[in-house]
Amino acid sequence: MTAEARLGQVANYVDERTGAAAWMKKNLQKVFPDHWSFLLGEVALYSFVILLLSGTFLTFWFDPSQREVIYEGSYAPLEGIKMSAAYASTLHISFEVRGGLLMRQIHHWAALIFMAAIVAHLMRVFFTGAFRKPREGNWIIGVGLLTLGIVEGFLGYSLPDDLLSGTGIRIAEAIIQAIPVVGSYLAYFAFGGAFPGEAFIPRIYTVHVLLLPGAFLALITAHLMLVWYQKHTQYPGPGRTEKNVVGYPLMPVYMAKAGGFFFIVFGVIAFLSAVASINPIWLYGPYTPGQISAGSQPDWYMGWLDGLVRMAPPLESHFFGYTVSWNILIPGLIVPGILFTGMALYPFIESWITGDKREHHLLDRPRNAPNRTALGAMSITFMIVALINGGNDLIATHFDLSINQIMWGTRFGIFILPPIAFVVTKRLCLSLQRADRELVLHGRETGRLLRLPHGEFVEVHEPISPEKAYLLTSHEQAPALELPEVDRRGVKRAGAIRNKIRSRMSVAHSEAIPKVSANELKEIEH
Amino acid sequence: MSNEIEAIKDPGLPAHVHRKADHDPVAAKRAERQVAILFGISALGTVLLIVSYIFIPDDVFIFIPVMGNQNAHQLGLGLGMAISLFFIGMGAIHWAKTLMPDQEVIAHRHEFRSPESDRKEFVQAVKDGAGAAGLGRRSLIKRSLGAALGLSALSPILLLRDLGPLPGNELEKTTWKSGTHLVTDPGNRRIKASDLEVGAVAQVLPEIEDPEHRPLSDIAKDAVLLIRLRPDEFNLDADRLAMTHEGIIAFSKICSHMGCAVALYEQQTKHLLCPCHQSTFDVTRAAKVIFGPAARPLPQLDITVDGEGYLVARNPFSEPVGPSFWERDSR
Repeated sequence: MTAEARLGQVANYVDERTGAAAWMKKNLQKVFPDHWSFLLGEVALYSFVILLLSGTFLTFWFDPSQREVIYEGSYAPLEGIKMSAAYASTLHISFEVRGGLLMRQIHHWAALIFMAAIVAHLMRVFFTGAFRKPREGNWIIGVGLLTLGIVEGFLGYSLPDDLLSGTGIRIAEAIIQAIPVVGSYLAYFAFGGAFPGEAFIPRIYTVHVLLLPGAFLALITAHLMLVWYQKHTQYPGPGRTEKNVVGYPLMPVYMAKAGGFFFIVFGVIAFLSAVASINPIWLYGPYTPGQISAGSQPDWYMGWLDGLVRMAPPLESHFFGYTVSWNILIPGLIVPGILFTGMALYPFIESWITGDKREHHLLDRPRNAPNRTALGAMSITFMIVALINGGNDLIATHFDLSINQIMWGTRFGIFILPPIAFVVTKRLCLSLQRADRELVLHGRETGRLLRLPHGEFVEVHEPISPEKAYLLTSHEQAPALELPEVDRRGVKRAGAIRNKIRSRMSVAHSEAIPKVSANELKEIEH
Repeated sequence: MSNEIEAIKDPGLPAHVHRKADHDPVAAKRAERQVAILFGISALGTVLLIVSYIFIPDDVFIFIPVMGNQNAHQLGLGLGMAISLFFIGMGAIHWAKTLMPDQEVIAHRHEFRSPESDRKEFVQAVKDGAGAAGLGRRSLIKRSLGAALGLSALSPILLLRDLGPLPGNELEKTTWKSGTHLVTDPGNRRIKASDLEVGAVAQVLPEIEDPEHRPLSDIAKDAVLLIRLRPDEFNLDADRLAMTHEGIIAFSKICSHMGCAVALYEQQTKHLLCPCHQSTFDVTRAAKVIFGPAARPLPQLDITVDGEGYLVARNPFSEPVGPSFWERDSR
């Protein structure tokens, strides 16, 4: 019997027991558009699977306890030192369990790549406008996954209870303690008493291996089901419209590619783990609150937060015998809160500005939405400035600068550079639109020079293909909203200020270089 | 930009270009062999993994250019796993790209919005349902339900109360009392002023009966840094100067910003730097904050010597140590 016949039998078996034939038939032929940027979300998904697998392996030996033990393992430099059982068991996994160190490295690398892939995927979705109706809900789920990822990653690197991770927990405790009115109570509840106590590692272990992975699974499932049900977006181009999806069918092409890609992601992570050792906790030693190592750094996705905390001015209010630590609250809770809320609400904000309530399945080329692209560049600049300050000590030693220079540079930079990035990006987008227009009207420069009979030199331009011309002109250019301040009878409308803001933003949002129309092309030909 | 302007026409999907393997059986056979070779390399990777696991002891180091000395056991396991996984993926994708159909297909999309009649009926059904339940009219039910739901949310909060004790005034207290001896950490020895040279730094803890079982939560508040300067190097008022002893000044080692250990001492400038967020304290001016996010100086411990010349605390800390909290100034 051939393989096809056998698989056919399996299909038959499944249908006779579930009646799924109609559904399966339709969904096995489901079409997925192909583009490298659609792989970013896949990288995140596969890293998550790798995290589950490697994490399960680690739980077989990890002892989530702050019980004090004396180290008697094979790593000689720590012999006889008092440490927590959590730290001792992490050393055991690293030195005595064969493949244990590799799995720890895979788990940590996969976490770093998981977060990087989520951020890259988020940027792709943002810059191409994939979050627009009907996908606003999935955008919010995505922001939720990003937030959970940051928390889960932080808890994960806190578990080994080494000197570096204990310092991270100490900082988290200080943030909790800084919350007005209830801070010291919350800190005592979280830690089961005074910091560090013996309750924290077992508690965050449950959160790290049960609660948050469960939340991840639920949210990822919802995220994917929505992608499946709403069908994937696609880039614009000839033959691609709002009404269709052009791509490869799930079975077999997409299955083979996506399945293969999982192994490639796993292979690359295993390779990194084999050759590039990270978080060598045995060098840091066990945690004790009285010690620290220079160059204390969180993982990269927390770096921006640490950078904001570092650059905060030394502000504290004291009144009626109470203390409010603005130097902790602003960078540690208020700014991140505003950033993430704004990010979650962005689809609704944009649709309010544009007044556009239609469905969108064709993606924008970033240059064709200059305002949005500029806003994205501005946010990225903000994050990068914060991240640079989060690594100011390492940058200072590596580039021979002083920490003070970097700190003051970023203190000003965080206010000055993002608006500059906004303006520059917007100008760049408009220039690219101008270049597109030029290309459609006058064709591509060939680099061939022609000497005319009267001696003049001209460069020969070649017309571009109709496909390219269509791609460069197929986007929409919606005019700004018209929101008159007074109604027909000359009476000022209610909510005038709101309308003014809205129409200002709408004008800024619709700024564009007029795209080439067929009429213009014809005129040129004559 | 208006609608009368004619847009450039959609030329439709470009014509499909066939690959060599689609019509040339030799090319197709070659592609099949390539896929098989990729899967074969993966199998070799698994063999490398097994060999490394069983036969390479975990204390063998080999020199690899660029990377330096590497543990052969770890490297063999990692590379074996990487090769075994990576080439399964490469094989599958090469298979998909060369031998599976590569013609793009078109599927249709439908607007999610239902037909108007369905929508009307749906909205009507919701309204009817709400009306039948009396949601609009029976406000007493609505309000009491809201109140009951809100109250029931209190129970998990209440049940989590036993996560920890109330802080009381514990955050303000340390183990330091009048007359507590300073002992070295590590070592747990009492120290004399003469043990510390000018320019030197030492970490000390309060002497306790059972130093073997000193809780970490005590160290988190008790850790103190001793620094010895020449007495004329200080720039202190009389009260603060009186708290030093022969040029030895004692500060809480727990950062007043977020509680990290303030462990970096710069001997030239006499600055203390916290490695977490770079708050910088000037030792000569009673740990005044001269840079960074910390808002308060490090609390200073009042020290003197006992009859035998050992350093002791003359008084406990006069303010809470460590990071700020809401009720910090209240007592």
